[in-house]
Amino acid sequence: MSKPTTNAGPFFPRDRNWHPKAMSPGYKTSVLRSPQKALLSFGNTISETTGPVFGHNIIGELDHDLIQNYAKPGESAQGERIIVHGHVLDEEARAVPNALVEVWQANAGGRYRHKKDGYLAPLDPNFGGCGRVITDENGYYAFRTIRPGPYPWPNGVNDWRPSHIHFSLFGSGFAQRLITQMYFEGDPHIPLCPIVRTINDPAAIEMLVAKLDMNHTVPMDARAYRFDIVLRGRRSTMFENRMEGN
Amino acid sequence: MTKLEYLKESPSQTAGPYVHIGCTPNFVGNTGIYKEDLGVRMVNAKTKGQRITVKGRVFDGTGAPMKDAMLEIWQADGEGLFNSPSETRGKADPYFTGWGRQPVDMETAEFCFETVKPGAVPFPDGRSQAPHINFWIVARGINIGLNTRMYFPEEEEANAADPVLGRIEHRMRVPTLIAKQSGDKYTFDIHIQGDNETVFFDI
Repeated sequence: MSKPTTNAGPFFPRDRNWHPKAMSPGYKTSVLRSPQKALLSFGNTISETTGPVFGHNIIGELDHDLIQNYAKPGESAQGERIIVHGHVLDEEARAVPNALVEVWQANAGGRYRHKKDGYLAPLDPNFGGCGRVITDENGYYAFRTIRPGPYPWPNGVNDWRPSHIHFSLFGSGFAQRLITQMYFEGDPHIPLCPIVRTINDPAAIEMLVAKLDMNHTVPMDARAYRFDIVLRGRRSTMFENRMEGN
Repeated sequence: MTKLEYLKESPSQTAGPYVHIGCTPNFVGNTGIYKEDLGVRMVNAKTKGQRITVKGRVFDGTGAPMKDAMLEIWQADGEGLFNSPSETRGKADPYFTGWGRQPVDMETAEFCFETVKPGAVPFPDGRSQAPHINFWIVARGINIGLNTRMYFPEEEEANAADPVLGRIEHRMRVPTLIAKQSGDKYTFDIHIQGDNETVFFDI
């Protein structure tokens, strides 16, 4: 892995054929929630290349530990104990340090701690379902959590979400903002899921599938899954257009 | 032989209906994990500049307000400087974060940001961009976050010269990016789809 990026120029253009299309009829909710007109494309200005910085001091002691951060003293969340870890990189495989990584997920039974989730699986009194970390100087992050359960959702008559963890990424600029989901290697629900299938290219889907990582598994405690995330790369500012004389 | 080897960006997936659990847990009553939801406060007593309130709703293709959307905004301070390490033109107001995050109200579907009016910022070629606030919108059914900007109606001259607004070929769509003003309160409604579809950006 190369050194962290020092580039502060415009981001590489997004490959809109690689990302899901806004309108993906198999995911019914997208039909009325997708712009129908062409997006307006323009090169990044300072509004897009800049972004806020989140200090490591905002992170609490248990923010990375979903097994403990909502649990009563002496108790812990129910389910398969796992570690989810990896690097946040850019498209040039450079580390993205100080990236804010926020996660949320259902509990082991597939139920979210949210007033709008009415699934009949019970809440776990010791599981809140959210965590956050800031990547270190190598772009590395790690969470401890439980493996979320699959759950049914109203789309087709019998659609089920694969086990997944939602990821929100905030890198170095506002135009790098990304929300995605992490799936688990070997889950037979992945190829069946209408939300997964909003992505056309199997190689793109594969990027969202975490791999069982026995090297980082903690014996007699928790299995590890590896999940690297790639954010947009960016040019250096050296040759950017500017007014002559500047 | 030189090979071009780049990684691909991780593909986006919808934020889903439960984005609050991860991004604004206190808002949905999941308290005790984080002291405060990130981005809820952009200003404090020491922040310089003209205080403004920006409200609005996000509508789907039938005109129904979306009750599960979450918005983030990013903007310059009152002097036109960004509170960011990439800002090289000067030092922004340290008491203004420039970044806000708000879920819409689950009943009224309205979002609300308490912020300051941003100053003008330069376009790469040296022209000036009219004061604006950058928006990013996610929700269930939105497969990739939507980017747009809000401009200020009282900045007629600056808006007319703005290089981004100038790129909009269908001029009747320009007003979709201009808020409505009532004193220090601005309303910026966002239409994901339909006759009045907001201009969204590929940036």
